[in-house]
Amino acid sequence: MDDRIRQILAEHARLTLDAGALAPDDDLYQAGMTSHASVNVMLALEDAFDVEFPDAMLTRSVFESVSAISAALTELDATEAAA
Amino acid sequence: MSLRVGIDSVEVVSVRDALEAHGDRYLQRVYTPGERAACARDDGSQDPERLAARFAAKEACVKALHAGASGIPWTDYELHRAPGGQPELELHGGALTLARAAGVEDLAVSFTHEGGLATAVVVAQVKNPA
Repeated sequence: MDDRIRQILAEHARLTLDAGALAPDDDLYQAGMTSHASVNVMLALEDAFDVEFPDAMLTRSVFESVSAISAALTELDATEAAA
Repeated sequence: MSLRVGIDSVEVVSVRDALEAHGDRYLQRVYTPGERAACARDDGSQDPERLAARFAAKEACVKALHAGASGIPWTDYELHRAPGGQPELELHGGALTLARAAGVEDLAVSFTHEGGLATAVVVAQVKNPA
């Protein structure tokens, strides 16, 4: 799951560093992800994992790191959609 | 009475990317029907610069209200034009509830475009707790 998350971050988060080199707990906002880019990331995650983030999960902390995103997807019972 | 301020900048290219990648789903999750109507061009497509200004205003308001941890949809923050043409923020749902609980009595917003960036500032007037 984390590799797919990193791939989505590379495509949509507009990071200032290589998404493949992110540690699980690295702060994505400090790595250059803006609040608008986090919307792109959220929508891409919904496509990739066949989930919908409910309003209660639209918080800054849910998208702040690879591990936080992974935990949120697990909570949503995400299943990785076919590429 | 005290004041709170929030500021945010949005790259227009990021909005363009979102429109290309996610289309209507992006528009419906982030912008109200009134905002989408205000950002529509004559040919029916959406103007990414106008959308970027509205997103910047929403995020600036999130910061002014200290709402980043509250799980409030973007459509609860709505930017529109007053009859005189000046921009105004209208809150709905969870954003309105949070603002009332925080003692927010008034909001003011201003935004600008420059060099591929849209930037907005929001000032909230807050009643001091008794």
